[in-house]
Amino acid sequence: MAEQARLIDIYIMGRRCQVPEGLTILTALEYCGYRMIRGCGCRAGFCGACATIYNFKNDPQLRYDLACQKTVEPDMYLVQVPFFPAVKALYDLEKLEATGGKVLSLYPDLVKCFGCNTCTKTCPQELEVMWFVSDALRGDIREVADKSFDCLMCGLCAARCPQGLVPYNMALLCRRLYGRYLTPVSEHLEERITEIEAGKFDADIEELKKTAEKELRRKYTERDMEPALEQHWE
Amino acid sequence: MYPAYLEESIHLVEDTRVRRLLETMPSLDEMGKNALLKLYHPDYIEASMRQLQAGVNKGDSTPVELADLLEGNSRINPDTIDPSKPDHNVDVLVIGCGGAGASAALLANEEGARVLITTKLRMGDANTVGAQAGTQAADRPNDSPAIHYLDTMGGGHFDNIPELVEVLVRDAPSVIKWLEQLGVNWDKAPDGTMHELSGGGTSRRRLHSARDYTGLEEMRVLRDELRNKKIDYLEFAPAVELILDDRGQIAGAVLINLETEELVIVRARAVVMTTGGIGRLHIQGFPTTNHYGATADGLVLAYRAGAELVFIDTMQYHPTGAIYPLQILGQLVTEKVRTLGAQLVNISGEQFVMSLEPRDIVASAIIRECRERQLGIGTPTGETGVWLDSPMIDMIRGEGTIARELPAMVRQFRRHDIDITRQPILVYPTLHYQNGGIKIDTEGATNVPGLYAAGECTGGVHGRNRLIGNSTLELFVFGRRAGRVAAQYAKAVKRGSPTMEHVRRWQQELAKVGVAGQRPVSPRLLPDYVRRTHGQARQAA
Ligand SMILES: Cc1cc2nc3c(=O)[nH]c(=O)nc-3n(C[C@H](O)[C@H](O)[C@H](O)COP(=O)(O)OP(=O)(O)OC[C@H]3O[C@@H](n4cnc5c(N)ncnc54)[C@H](O)[C@@H]3O)c2cc1C
Ligand code: FES
Repeated sequence: MAEQARLIDIYIMGRRCQVPEGLTILTALEYCGYRMIRGCGCRAGFCGACATIYNFKNDPQLRYDLACQKTVEPDMYLVQVPFFPAVKALYDLEKLEATGGKVLSLYPDLVKCFGCNTCTKTCPQELEVMWFVSDALRGDIREVADKSFDCLMCGLCAARCPQGLVPYNMALLCRRLYGRYLTPVSEHLEERITEIEAGKFDADIEELKKTAEKELRRKYTERDMEPALEQHWE
Repeated sequence: MYPAYLEESIHLVEDTRVRRLLETMPSLDEMGKNALLKLYHPDYIEASMRQLQAGVNKGDSTPVELADLLEGNSRINPDTIDPSKPDHNVDVLVIGCGGAGASAALLANEEGARVLITTKLRMGDANTVGAQAGTQAADRPNDSPAIHYLDTMGGGHFDNIPELVEVLVRDAPSVIKWLEQLGVNWDKAPDGTMHELSGGGTSRRRLHSARDYTGLEEMRVLRDELRNKKIDYLEFAPAVELILDDRGQIAGAVLINLETEELVIVRARAVVMTTGGIGRLHIQGFPTTNHYGATADGLVLAYRAGAELVFIDTMQYHPTGAIYPLQILGQLVTEKVRTLGAQLVNISGEQFVMSLEPRDIVASAIIRECRERQLGIGTPTGETGVWLDSPMIDMIRGEGTIARELPAMVRQFRRHDIDITRQPILVYPTLHYQNGGIKIDTEGATNVPGLYAAGECTGGVHGRNRLIGNSTLELFVFGRRAGRVAAQYAKAVKRGSPTMEHVRRWQQELAKVGVAGQRPVSPRLLPDYVRRTHGQARQAA
């Protein structure tokens, strides 16, 4: 059915190419003969390897997206930006305090934010990047963790920040602080670990391991199923 | 938006909808199911399998795509490589940086080993980031590791290696805690109770999640920790061959710089193989949920070095992968769409299978509809699939059900101007997971001294079918074990002198059985998606 798709013009690093409509930027590049090494990971919108910048033949304004998710449009101008290294503070999580002061001392450039909002406009996940930068400035780690949660760490916000901030690495620090220090302890998890260490389930497991396959099949079919109150599916 | 030429078929789906609401498809009987599976399930198609003619698993069947690579020719000429002149000299080399590799590296580092990670793409560009649903661990009061054990054995059709399953379920709660201490944000209630979910084949709610981004959350935290620990790493430098020594022990690996094509020699006392899955081999032409680098390299390297493989004849196919739009080709369309009432229908708007049969049955029926009966629907890019009639959910359960129950699906398709509350979804089975792989013991050791393995590239834990949430668990359980033990082994081992002799022997064996000339070079490294125009030749890739 491939011949039924309409062909459109796009420009790859200045070269005019014709591709069927409905391709992504990533598959359009492949269609035009480019073999990806960098700029391609999960191919599914989860890893952030394929962050891309583009504009249009008659519209110089830069736009941002994930190459594996964004559909090509007529007259798009494409150049792939490889992921490049950004500042990442090194730290020992075990020795940190979960305070705004700590975040600021590890990412002191935060104070240079002058609120231009370029980061938010750049984010292909449509996160409120500038807002969580200002949450960080106020020391609200929980808010940063929450607002930044869907971050793929594609790096576009840092690439475009005129002040050299690295929002995505700063936010990761906040999420790690939040997970390590600010979430309530799971008593049932702690208990289970203690029970396992004390050998509470050893006999049960040993017995199952010794059970003949036929009997094991019976136990399996007859096992009671907890109702899935909050059902979730793969 | 669907292309105009599909409108006719969509109208047929709409026109038959009311009639189909009342129409019940009978469930297949045992004989019907077996017949369907035998004829159409990818695992049962004999012609898709081949017996290996060389190596440790000689005589075992495996999909031809994998067989070609396992029997492949080395990418290197052993005569031009001097493994005694390494570019890097370390205790433990970790090959592949997904969840399993990152865990192994962290634990080996903790044991005091000098660690080098090498990975094919960027650190963390892996199947691990794609995991959405969650990670299993039996930590609620009404659950136990024994129940988790039974669920896992049953899911794997009782073929799982019991000792591995025991370790899996026993280590699970401490793995969840380990990740939390590294800063993973688990979904929790305000009192600290984990928010846990059910999955197919689990008899308790046991899936720990981090929103819809569980694997991403696990991976980005581990990757950050690797950097904090200043563990050395190489990116875009896949391993192309292992190095052994004259005692038959692991002595390192040969890597290739993907861009400059330079070879890099790493001398290592122990190697941990964590190269993940196989989806990008597109077994039998299937699309896949897997990342760009999932090409079974670790299986090839380990096999050539003499490691035994298990369960290499069984793959997991998810019946409903998206095939349109192309942007999301192969990605999962959750089973919940069918549970809520959506039927599977062909190009004429007719049902062809009861849509809530087990996964392998549904997958087989879709394949039959498209391949044999030619009643599938073609996409602009040449895929063929069937309709999953999502709009009928709101007709059955009331307006607003889809928006409430399937928000992520709605959002995903909305990006491409498809409103699944009003338009059906195009689906086809998608290659999801490799059930088998390198055989390991409970510490991740293979039969080759000094070679350890963990994660999706190994086999045995899941038998012939993996349960949801047990894979991301396996990464951390066996990744940690393999890393720790590899470091200990590295301290104790007496080294011999490194050689590429096993590669020479391998090529001789291939020549002897007469297949060398017919096989590609392997490992594959990356799939080839580049379109060739006008049959023009490229320089050999
Ligand atoms: C879309 C999707 C959803 C999933 N959902 C779930 C879920 O909800 N729950 C669950 O438990 N499981 C799930 N799974 C399965 C699970 O995520 C994977 O099985 C698991 O993450 C594999 O981890 P790994 O570390 O073994 O391999 P990977 O994470 O794939 O990492 C392997 C790494 O090795 C690299 N590599 C490959 N070859 C070489 C080489 N020659 N040299 C160097 N490096 C190499 C790869 O590029 C990659 O970085 C899902 C899988 C997918 C694809
Ligand atoms: S390739 Fe992973 S987000 Fe695009």
